[in-house]
Amino acid sequence: MSDQLLEIENLRIALDGNPDQQVVKGLNLSIRPGQTTCLVGESGSGKSLTALATMGLLPKVLQTIEGSIKIKGEEVLTASPGRLRTLRATAMSMIFQEPMTALNPVARVGQQIEEVLEFHSDMSQGARKKRTLEMMEAVHLPDVEKMYRSFPHQLSGGQRQRIMIAMALIMRPQLLIADEPTTALDVTTQAQILSLIRELREQQGTAVLFITHDMGVVSEIADDVTVLKLGEVMETQQVEQLLRHPQTDYTRDLLRSVPSQVPRPPSPAASDEVVLRTEDLCKTYGGTGLIRKGREVRAAQDVNLTLTHGRTLGIVGESGSGKSTVARCIMRLIDPTSGKIMVGDEDIAVMKQSDLKARRKKFQIVFQDPMRSLNPRREIGESIIEGPLNFGVSRAEAMERARDLLELVGLPGSAIDRFPHQFSGGQRQRVAIARALAMDPDILVADEAVSALDVSVQAQVLDLLADLQERFGLGILFITHDLGVAAQICDEVMVMQTGKVIEYGPAGEVLGNPKQDYTKALIAAAPGRHWDFANFRPFSEAPASAATPANQS
Amino acid sequence: MTDQTNTAPGPAHPTALTKVREVVFSSPIALIATVLVTIIVLAAIFAPVVSPHDPVRLTPSERLKPPSELYWLGTDAYGRDLVSRIIYGGRISLVVGVGAAVFAVLSGLFLGLMAGYIRWLDAVLMRMVDGLMAIPNILLAIAIVSLWGAGLWTVLIAITIPEVPRVVRLVRSVVLSAREEPYVEAAIAAGSSTFLIMRRHLLPNTIAPLIIQGTYICASAILVEAILSFLGAGINPETPSWGNIMAEGRIYFQINPGIVLWPGLVVSVTILAINLLGDAVRDALDPRMAKRGIDR
Amino acid sequence: MVGYIIQRILAAIPVMGFVALFVFLMLRLTPGDPAAIIAGDTATPEQLDRIREALGLNDPLHIQFITWIGNLLQGEFGTSVISGKPVIELIQARMEPTISLALTTIILSVLIAVPLGVIAAWKHGTLIDRFVMLISVLGFSVPVFVIGYLMISLFSMQLNWFPVQGFRPIGDGLGEFLHRIALPTFTLTLLYIALIARITRTSMLEILGDDYIRTARAKGLPEARVLMRHALRNCSVPIITVIGIGFALIISGVVVTESVFNLPGLGRLTVDAVLARDYPVIQAVILLASLIYVVVNLLIDIAYVLLDPRIRYS
Repeated sequence: MSDQLLEIENLRIALDGNPDQQVVKGLNLSIRPGQTTCLVGESGSGKSLTALATMGLLPKVLQTIEGSIKIKGEEVLTASPGRLRTLRATAMSMIFQEPMTALNPVARVGQQIEEVLEFHSDMSQGARKKRTLEMMEAVHLPDVEKMYRSFPHQLSGGQRQRIMIAMALIMRPQLLIADEPTTALDVTTQAQILSLIRELREQQGTAVLFITHDMGVVSEIADDVTVLKLGEVMETQQVEQLLRHPQTDYTRDLLRSVPSQVPRPPSPAASDEVVLRTEDLCKTYGGTGLIRKGREVRAAQDVNLTLTHGRTLGIVGESGSGKSTVARCIMRLIDPTSGKIMVGDEDIAVMKQSDLKARRKKFQIVFQDPMRSLNPRREIGESIIEGPLNFGVSRAEAMERARDLLELVGLPGSAIDRFPHQFSGGQRQRVAIARALAMDPDILVADEAVSALDVSVQAQVLDLLADLQERFGLGILFITHDLGVAAQICDEVMVMQTGKVIEYGPAGEVLGNPKQDYTKALIAAAPGRHWDFANFRPFSEAPASAATPANQS
Repeated sequence: MTDQTNTAPGPAHPTALTKVREVVFSSPIALIATVLVTIIVLAAIFAPVVSPHDPVRLTPSERLKPPSELYWLGTDAYGRDLVSRIIYGGRISLVVGVGAAVFAVLSGLFLGLMAGYIRWLDAVLMRMVDGLMAIPNILLAIAIVSLWGAGLWTVLIAITIPEVPRVVRLVRSVVLSAREEPYVEAAIAAGSSTFLIMRRHLLPNTIAPLIIQGTYICASAILVEAILSFLGAGINPETPSWGNIMAEGRIYFQINPGIVLWPGLVVSVTILAINLLGDAVRDALDPRMAKRGIDR
Repeated sequence: MVGYIIQRILAAIPVMGFVALFVFLMLRLTPGDPAAIIAGDTATPEQLDRIREALGLNDPLHIQFITWIGNLLQGEFGTSVISGKPVIELIQARMEPTISLALTTIILSVLIAVPLGVIAAWKHGTLIDRFVMLISVLGFSVPVFVIGYLMISLFSMQLNWFPVQGFRPIGDGLGEFLHRIALPTFTLTLLYIALIARITRTSMLEILGDDYIRTARAKGLPEARVLMRHALRNCSVPIITVIGIGFALIISGVVVTESVFNLPGLGRLTVDAVLARDYPVIQAVILLASLIYVVVNLLIDIAYVLLDPRIRYS
C-alpha cells in the first residue's frame, strides 16, 4: 500500500458510458495525507465530475468507464453501496458550491449535522448533540445553542457554508473535497471560509481536494495544483512552481488572463462632456402593504455619480450593496424612489415610459447572463435589430448594420441567422454587446457583464469593451463584484455597501490608496492580491519601473 | 481559449413539420396513440360510409340482440345497431373535445395575457379565476345544461367554462416568468412597446404549453361530455353520443353489459390515446413542462 | 404568521363572493323565463307566479342579488321547488353516504398513491416507474362510471363478492358499512390514485435533483432516510395541496359514483335535482361545494405555514 491518501488513476468518465463522449479523459491524481491539492480549470474541464466520481455521486447519465479511485488503498468505484456510505462520512466528505441550496430547507441545521453521527457512530443522543455543538463552535459559528435550532434560510451564506463544513468534518475524515466552496460567496466571506479551511486542516490533519476556477484562491490555499482542460490534465506542480514556471501554454494563458489587482492608469479624457449624472438617487423597497407593513429596504441611498464621454466608471460592492439597483434605476427597468438621473441635460428619473422610449437609444445595457439575455427562440440577428426597428430603421438596413456589428465584436457576419444556443458563453456576450451598440448609445451599462464567463473569455470581452470604448467614445458604467476586473477596466471607482456610497474617486486612488476601512477590508480580502499572475511573480519582486501588468500593454 | 474563432454550426431550428414527426416517432407509445387517434377521427368523419347500419332506425324486432354476424356488438333496447351508434357517437365526442380545447385555449390565452401584463386587471381576473375553480366542473356543467337546455352549444359552453381558468393561470404564469427574463428587459431597454414585447417575446413562449394543455382539455372534455350524457344532463338523448348509448344501456346492464362496456371501452381508449399524445408532445416540446404547473 | 393567515382568510372572501355572483347570474341570465324553465312545460300560470315570487324574480336584478345574498348569509337556502322541503334539510339528510365515500376514497388513495409515487420517482425510468405512469394515465382516461360498471360486472356479477348497490351507515356496523362502500370506493379511488401518484412522482423527481439531496447522500445516509426525511418531507406541500383540492372537488366524482351504485347521497340529490330542474337545490349544492373548496384551500395555506419554516419564520 502506498502512502497516498487518495489515488486516482486513468479515470475516464463518459456521457451515457459512451467512450466517444468522454468528459474526463484518463485523469491521474494523488493526494498525500494532510495535503491540499487544487484542481483548477475552466468550465467543461471535468473538475467537479472528478470530485463527484470520487464520492460516488455522479449523476446517472455519467458513468465511469475506466480507471480506479482509491481512498486509503480501498477502491471506491467497486465498493458496495453500504461500504460507500461508510466511506463517505468517515474517510472522505464533501462541501459544495451553493451553500444556499445545499442544506435541506425544512430541517434544523443542528439536526442536519447530527444526522451524520446518528448513522456513523454509536454515540448516545446526548453525546451526539454535545459533539455537534462542539463542531459548530470549531467552525466559529456564534451562539451555537440558538443556531443549532435555526433553519437554513435564517443564516447567511457564509454561516451556511460553515454548517456544511461542520457536517463534513464531524467524523474527522482524512479527505475533504471542496467543490468551489467560496465561489458563491462575497469576497470578505470567502476570505473567512478559506482561512477556516486552512485552520481545520492544520488542527485535524485533513487533506483537501479543492476545486476552483480562481487562480487567486489557488495561490492562497494550495500545496499542489493540477490544471485541467476539457477532461485532461495539463500539468501538476507545487503551487509556487506553477505560478512562477508554468509548463504549458494553456496554464500560461490562464495566468495571463487573471485580472491584476493593480489599477491601470486612467485613459486620457477625450472630452469633459458629462453623459450621465445622478443626483441623490434613492431606491427604497417595501414599506407598504395593507395588513402587514413590510420591512423597508433602502437598496440605494443618495447616489451621486458622474460619467463622462469615453470613460469607465465602476461600481463595486458585495451582494446587497445596491450596485445593480443603481444600474437598473438608470436603465429605468425599475423606478427610482427619488433623485435625478440626468442623461445629457434631461432628467429621466420621473419620465413616463412612453416619453422615455425615444431616449432609450442613448443608454443601453449588457446583462450578466448571456444565456438568458438573448431570446432563445429568436435568431441573434432579430435580437440585434429589435432596437433599430423600433426607431424606424428599415429592416434591410438594420440587418446590414447588424452584420457589421457582429464583425466588430469579433464574430462572423454570417452567424446572423443562428440561434443563441449555437454560441458559447463568451460569444453570446459579444452578441449582447453588438445588440447594445446597434442603438449607437452614449452610455453602456455593463451589469456584471463578465462575471459568468471563464477567466480567459472574460479577459477577451474586457479587451473588446475597452476597444469599443476607444472607437465610439462610450461612457461605460461597469457594475462588478470583482476588484481585479474593476482595476483592469475602470477610470473611476465607486464602492458601495448596503445601499450607501462608501468611497468614490479615481480608480488608482480608491483601489491603490483606499481611505475607508470597508474599502481596505475589501481589498485585503481579495484572494491572490500579492501575486502578479500575468508576470509569473509576486508583486514584491516586481522591478520598480514595471508597475504596469503586462496584459495591459 | 479564443472563443471567436469557431461558431458551432449546430442544428438548424426545427420547422413545425419536423416537430410533428419528432413527436409521432418519439416512442412506440406515441406512434400507437397517433394511429388510434387517426383511426377514430377518420371513422367519425366517414361515419356514413363505414357504419354497417343506420344508427337511429328503430327495429323493435331486433331488441337487445347479442353480438352476431349481422350486429357485431349486438343491438340496444330499440333494436339499433351498437357498432353504428358508437361510430356516429364519435362525431359528437370529437366535436365537443376539439371545440372545448379551441375555445378554452383562445379565451384563456387572451385573458391570461391581459392578466399577466395589466396589473389592476390581474387582481380582478385572478379572483374570478379562483372563484370559477372553486366550483366542481361536473356540477357547474350539469347546472348550466339543466338551465339552458340540452343543445350541442350549451354542452360545449358548459364544458369549456370550467377549463378556462386553468388556461388563464398557465398563460399568466408563463408571461410572469418570461417578464423577469433579461431578454425581455433588454427589449424594454431597446424601446419596444408592451404590445411588441408581447408579440415578439411572450406569445411565442405560450405556444408549446398551450398545445399541450389543449390536448389535455380535449381529452377531459370528451370525458365530461360522456359523464354529462350518462347522468342525463348532456346532449339530447335521441342523438347517438357515447355517453347517451351508455346511459340507455344502464337499465339493461345485467342483461347485456356490452351496451355500457363497449362504448365505455371506446371512450376510454380515445381519451387515453389523446392523453398519451399530449404526454408525447410535452416530452418533445418541453421536458420541464411538468414543473410549470401543467397537470390535468 | 398570524398576519399571513388573516391575509389568506380575507383573500377567500372575494372568491366566495364571485362564486355567489356566478351562481346567481347563471339562473337569472338564462335564455327565456327562469320560472318556466324550473316549472317545466306543463306549469300553470299560477305555478309560475308562485315560483317567481319564491325566487324573487320580479324585483330588479341588483335588489334580487342583495336579498338573495342576505338570505344566504342567514342560512336561508330556500325550499325545494319539487318537494317543498327546506333545501338545508334535504342536504343534511344526504350528507352521510357522501362524506363516507369521500373519506374512504381519499384515505385509500393516499395509502396507495404516495408510496407508488415515491417508488416511481426513486426508480425513475424503470418498469415500476412505467407501471405507475400507466396507472395514472389510465386513471385520467377511463370515465368513473365505466370503472364502476366494470367493477360491478367483475366483483358483483361474476364473483359475487360485493353487493351491486346500496349503502349502510357506519352505525349499522363497520363490517356491513365497508362491505357496501367497498366497490364505490374502489371505483372512485383509481382517479385519485392517478392524481396523487402523479404529483408525488413529479415533485419527488424534482426534489431528488436538488442540491441538498446530494448533500444528504454525501453524508453517507441510507437511501430510505434520504427519500423519506429529506425528499418526501420537502414534497409535502404539493402533495398536500393536491390531496386537499382533490378532496374539495370530489363531489364531481361522487355524483357519478353514487349514480352508478345508487347511493342515497348528495350526488344522487344533485342529479335528481338537475333532472327535475330543482334550482334551489342545485344552487345550494354548488355553493356548499365551493365553500368546502375555499375552506380546504385555507387549510392548505395554513398547512404550508406549519410545513415550511421559510413561511413560518418570516
